[in-house]
Amino acid sequence: VPSLSPFPFPFSPSMVATWMDGEKASGLGSNSSKGGLSLDVPMALRVFSVDYYHVQAPFEIVLWIMLASLAKLGFHWSGRLPAVVPESCLLIMVGLLVGGVIYGVRHSAPPTLSADAFFLFLLPPIVLDAGYFLPGKLFFENLGTILWYAVLGTLWNVLGIGVCLYGVCLLASGSLGDVSLLHCLLFSSLIAAVDPVAVLSVFQEIHVNEQLHILVFGESLLNDAVTVVLYKLFESFLRLPVVTGVDVLLGGCRVLGVGLGGLGVGLFFGLVAALTSRFTSRAQVIAPLFVFLYSYLSYLTSEMLHLSGIMAIVTCAVTMKQYVEANLSERSNTSIQYFLKMWSSVSETLIFIFLGVSTIQDVHMWSWAFVCSTLLLCLLWRATGVILLTAVVNKVRRNVVTFRDQFIIAYGGLRGAICFSLVFLIDDFPKKRLFITTTIVVILFTVFVQGMTIKPLVELLEVKRRKRNLPTVSEEIHSRLLDHLLAGIEDVVGYWGQHYWKDKFEQFNQRYLCRFLIREERQARSSIVRVYQELERRDERADEEHITHVDVRCQTRPHLLEEMDSIRRILTRNLHSFNNKQIPAYSRHTLHGTPAAEGRKPLRRHQSLGGKHSPWSQVTPTVHSITHSSIQPYS
Amino acid sequence: MGSTNSTLSKIPNVEELMRETGFSPAHIVRLYDRFESLDKEKTGHLRPEDFGAINRQDTVDFHSFVRILAHFRPAENNRPRDPSLPEPVNSRISKLKFAFQLYDLDKDGKISRAELLQVLRSMMEMQVTEEQLESIADRTIQEADLDRDDAISFEEFRKSLEKVNIDHKMSIRFLR
Repeated sequence: VPSLSPFPFPFSPSMVATWMDGEKASGLGSNSSKGGLSLDVPMALRVFSVDYYHVQAPFEIVLWIMLASLAKLGFHWSGRLPAVVPESCLLIMVGLLVGGVIYGVRHSAPPTLSADAFFLFLLPPIVLDAGYFLPGKLFFENLGTILWYAVLGTLWNVLGIGVCLYGVCLLASGSLGDVSLLHCLLFSSLIAAVDPVAVLSVFQEIHVNEQLHILVFGESLLNDAVTVVLYKLFESFLRLPVVTGVDVLLGGCRVLGVGLGGLGVGLFFGLVAALTSRFTSRAQVIAPLFVFLYSYLSYLTSEMLHLSGIMAIVTCAVTMKQYVEANLSERSNTSIQYFLKMWSSVSETLIFIFLGVSTIQDVHMWSWAFVCSTLLLCLLWRATGVILLTAVVNKVRRNVVTFRDQFIIAYGGLRGAICFSLVFLIDDFPKKRLFITTTIVVILFTVFVQGMTIKPLVELLEVKRRKRNLPTVSEEIHSRLLDHLLAGIEDVVGYWGQHYWKDKFEQFNQRYLCRFLIREERQARSSIVRVYQELERRDERADEEHITHVDVRCQTRPHLLEEMDSIRRILTRNLHSFNNKQIPAYSRHTLHGTPAAEGRKPLRRHQSLGGKHSPWSQVTPTVHSITHSSIQPYS
Repeated sequence: MGSTNSTLSKIPNVEELMRETGFSPAHIVRLYDRFESLDKEKTGHLRPEDFGAINRQDTVDFHSFVRILAHFRPAENNRPRDPSLPEPVNSRISKLKFAFQLYDLDKDGKISRAELLQVLRSMMEMQVTEEQLESIADRTIQEADLDRDDAISFEEFRKSLEKVNIDHKMSIRFLR
């Protein structure tokens, strides 16, 4: 059997070996190791021969990926489809198709997923992609809310679903009696891994406002981390003979330690990567390689130490991003982005193909009670979790999470690739097939049903809401003015809870980290550009002061309906607002122009403009003028 | 930061200030530290340069600074108010008056169309044309103007914002 171990693909070598033996046994092989359909010309040199088995494994993988990519091409050319159907649907359908083909063609065991292959090769690209494209500043501004949703929400879901499922198993103890509480908890920990990002692509055309975007994105990322940690914890519990209260306590400590440890490892590698990138100016071609190597190294190191690899790789990406982007050339940055999208795309495609293959297998264990209750519980617990958490968090946030946002977060909790992989990797036990079947059903249901109906439902919701309380134009304008005002005042006061630590960190960043980690020329140039922009902005503001004399109209005419509509459209699109900017959402499958490049960068005060504190690091010209006009002594 | 008492003693008329605005000593000290850090030249006044604007002459001293910020305290509506006392600075009416002043630049008690246009212009991005701005301003005045004098008085302003939760929008929570 030719050795295939150098190939990093998701089959375990033994699996492929059995495959090959299967082929040989079915009579297609021949006597020599060269095998194949060679012409039987003895003792002469073979001019033409086909040796399929030599390349079989990589060939088939490439074929699968090629098929999926061609399908994606077709998908995007198919008119209105991408706006209605999330791309995950397409991938699953391709997976089912490939699974069907494999099932039809081959009668031996199809390729399976091994734990190592998944955790070491398929998962890192997906997570790295998400971590690298995380909008840093926005993320940290909303970090509290994101952690609230991700950690507490996931715990709520896991415990809720797990306990309720155990109740169902007790009730149906005839068929489900041998599913223990720990098994239910293990199952619920993996089924709680949501992928709401999948749904954002459907909202391409209209408002995915910034706040919703970062909440959904951040939550999905951290939710993955929490899920994997809980999953591993419950798995190790299952391996213990008996679980005591002390074990549970230790488990809790372990979760915390694992998370923080991963964070530390990620930070370390991120800083080293940033430092290395400083010196890559003479070898620009390999600069992107360092980004990938260091990220992957951080992941592997933390996996080695049994810490959370996801936390490590995300922290590494977030840490090194700003320094690396400053240090590397435009082209290197672009190639990093493209490679990340490519790899995460391939990863996700492969996982969904395994899903398809595994769906069309013979052995499924079905149980109406289990499957239906899982579906119901998933929906129920997610909805209640989001509603409860939002009710609490809205008291503290200035920009409330609206009902529409809550609906999108809750209903958009599709399950995806991670769920499937985790369920596949459970240690074997009698009811494992049931779990796999249930997971597949949940994934298919959420992706197809929820994914395709969320947009019409949201639009229905908005229509209803709009009919009920249409805000008047006055209200919109005045509210927006107040938003600006408050932002300015918050900056003046140096809003302790949020901006204090942010300012402190920015100072530390500018003074030490940037100097150390960013190349010389890059530093100077950026500040001069900034000064220029600031001066330009001041000129603009000075121009705004001139009031053009406008004739006062004597009569007011009634406004037509179309005018009202156009007014509203103008307002929603153009009012400077901080938290409802329309930006294209993160998508695993496309690259948009990064918001930082196109939109407004927060302006940092150059040293020469005075002031060691930079209270105005985040404001726009509007806020300047409005806040200034308010800070006037009045009688 | 220094101890509370020593900082408080540096501020003249601090008890009156606290009574008028309703801030606690700890808040006054914090605001004083913030004032000092903004006031780089240590003149005791904040000039517009400290805020980054240019070409204006007005200055702000610490008392005015605190009085202005007192508007942004969350309103406390559980205590029954003594009607003989003057309106607290952070009540809904006071906040609305503050917002009204942002529009009413010539301080004649009415928001004229020109003033409204100016504010709108600074809030919108560049793509909006002048006619669109004017039509929006027209609509705003039309919605609010009840006595048909083509300007928005304070009463009309207040009425048009009845449904908006002013306390939520104009409060900084930590100033409670």
